[in-house]
Amino acid sequence: MGDVGLGAYLMVGAVLFVCGVVCMATKRNGIGILMGVELVLNGANVNFVAFSRYTSLGLDGQSTALFVVVLAAAEAAVALAIALNFYNNHLTIDVDRGNELHG
Amino acid sequence: MYGSLAAITLEDFLVRTISYLSSIPADSETLAFTAFISAAFIHATLLLGLFGGLPVFYIWLERKVAGRIQDRLGPTRVGGSFGWLQTIADGIKLIQKEDLIPKDADALIFRMSPYLATIASFAAFMVLPIADGWVAVAAECGAFLILALMSLEVLGIILAGYSSGSKWALFGAMREAAQMVSYEIPMAICALIPLLIAGSLNFQVIGRMQSGSFLNWFIFHDPFTFLAFFCYFTVATASVKRAPFDLAEAESELVAGFHTEYSGFRWSIFFLAEYSSMFAVSAVAALLFLGGWHDGLMIDGIFGSFRGAGTGVIDGFSIGTYVANLFGAAVLITKACLLVFVQIWVRWTLPRLRIDQVMTTCLKYLVPISCFLFLMAVLWPLVLASTMSRPVMFGSPLGEKSASASVVAPVVVSSNRTGAAR
Amino acid sequence: MIEQMLFWVFAILTCGGAIAVVATQNVVRMAFWLVVSLGSVAALFFLLHADFLGAAQLLIYVGGTVVLLVFGVMLTASGPYTQIQTSPAEGLLGAGVGGLLLFVLVSSIGSVDWVEVSSRLPLEPSAPFVSDVRLESRAEESLVNTRSAEEKQGLIARQQGGRTVRQLGMGFLGLRPDRNLKEGGARGLAPGYFLPFEIVSIHLLVVLIGAAYLARAKRRVNAG
Repeated sequence: MGDVGLGAYLMVGAVLFVCGVVCMATKRNGIGILMGVELVLNGANVNFVAFSRYTSLGLDGQSTALFVVVLAAAEAAVALAIALNFYNNHLTIDVDRGNELHG
Repeated sequence: MYGSLAAITLEDFLVRTISYLSSIPADSETLAFTAFISAAFIHATLLLGLFGGLPVFYIWLERKVAGRIQDRLGPTRVGGSFGWLQTIADGIKLIQKEDLIPKDADALIFRMSPYLATIASFAAFMVLPIADGWVAVAAECGAFLILALMSLEVLGIILAGYSSGSKWALFGAMREAAQMVSYEIPMAICALIPLLIAGSLNFQVIGRMQSGSFLNWFIFHDPFTFLAFFCYFTVATASVKRAPFDLAEAESELVAGFHTEYSGFRWSIFFLAEYSSMFAVSAVAALLFLGGWHDGLMIDGIFGSFRGAGTGVIDGFSIGTYVANLFGAAVLITKACLLVFVQIWVRWTLPRLRIDQVMTTCLKYLVPISCFLFLMAVLWPLVLASTMSRPVMFGSPLGEKSASASVVAPVVVSSNRTGAAR
Repeated sequence: MIEQMLFWVFAILTCGGAIAVVATQNVVRMAFWLVVSLGSVAALFFLLHADFLGAAQLLIYVGGTVVLLVFGVMLTASGPYTQIQTSPAEGLLGAGVGGLLLFVLVSSIGSVDWVEVSSRLPLEPSAPFVSDVRLESRAEESLVNTRSAEEKQGLIARQQGGRTVRQLGMGFLGLRPDRNLKEGGARGLAPGYFLPFEIVSIHLLVVLIGAAYLARAKRRVNAG
């Protein structure tokens, strides 16, 4: 059976990463930015697991990816709580409106 | 230890059969590919049959049981004296209905979310073993995977409610999602208790550990697993949004909850997903607590003695094992159907809880109870070991049993689902 | 052949979903495309023989985080189907920068000969317990891998065909049976992930309390 190879998975990871970065940069919706963060983390995870499979690094990649998944969930919970607070204070989720501290 | 769990897969069976019947060498690439594709197709068809067929039966059963409980007859006309074909007739009616999409709805999501819910529910069947070795995907972390797949259904529901553009649907979806997400926690903890005893996430291992008399079932393993079963079943009923936890479909206050705006085919596949999930959680309960495909009365011992018999022309395939597995499948499906019957019975005899009561039940009672049961199930063997110097009350410890089962008498397993005998 | 086919299907779904997340303005649709993308990433994990991780991805990401995000969308929507538009100029700029970044990444991935690089890494960690592991999965091996015998690069994850639960669990308890640090016949187990594991548990507890504190109901500022 033919093998896809490491390069193809790294490409998928790169596309996910770039999409996430662009998402974080262009979205003005706070939740949209969070989704960008998730995409970036997933791009990294794909790379971790691909290296874990195709090189002799063994299970290190999978373990790291598991930590990333768990911490990303934690991050999403806190970020969402912050977003809710932001909404309570500004009645919008547009992050461009959160410029009160700008001097 | 898991070596003996290796079974002849359908793919492998096809490769060997074809290469036996024709002169194609068994290691041919084309043959492997063809066998893979046809095995995947057969598995998918069989599972789809189960996935589509069981709800048809359950919906009929539900109406019949509801009728009897309310002192009526239920469906009587369609298809003979018991109304056997009532569900089919309803299904045909539903498919003929117009597929309405409200003006305010987000059309893409509105169209897609029924499929999302159905896919999640169907995917759970993929890792559900029907008998010893009869499983479409023999994942080592099957129990974890099935919990993960069943938790995806909530996404379809919440998106369906939100995209309907109707306040009834939105409220229903919010309640539903809150309920399903909260009930996942005690469900996972309760499912963890038998997994902890088995020391494996593999349904094959879990099922085999409960072979023999029904005293070997995990529900009778210790007092805490006994309680954990009832806890799991309550939570599972709630997580498939059945009464008394069916707030989302509270007709009296919310019209029909998240599927208020749906009609026709899309509406009916939501129901397909719901009834199939009922079967899935019941089958998981049967596998984790009630001995899986073992009947507990030693009848399967008779069938078990056939295992390995009748190995004929195809290497690794045995007719005796096939028959034994067929019996196991019948036992497992019967157990799951009995549990589904209990769910239906509960639905028509208990009053519905209020939404705050549903959430209180989960977060204030069921989560602490399941945590307590989990903790005690961990401590129980230690307590027994220090007082009675043995990890279980009676019988031989699980570890020894499984070790002897796999080392002394390695069972030749044949997993083969070619027969459409179900 | 099959693996390749499945890879391409899920790779296209992953990338397409990710691009759709960026391209859509409607937040709920973004969430839907995110589900598609993350679900396909889970499928890629299964293809990479990381079963447990794939299941965790489905449970935590798709079933947990995205549901949380959808809740966030509902709770912060000031009207039906809120759309906060990105201005076209910003979008173009983002696409341009993103395209450049993608070009840099892809060209650097393409310029490395990964087979050669991985052959330069220390070869398969000779592991003391691996022999047991092989025993367990040998029967499966002989069935599953009869036709992929040419894949002799013996990596543990591959040999086990995704049966990584036990190794991962032991790794989190501080044991790495799949990795031997010593050369030759000597045995020196690599350290596992016990401390990170414990830190993550504490971290989750802190996050639980912190998120509950942050998101608790407060008096709302008057609109104005």
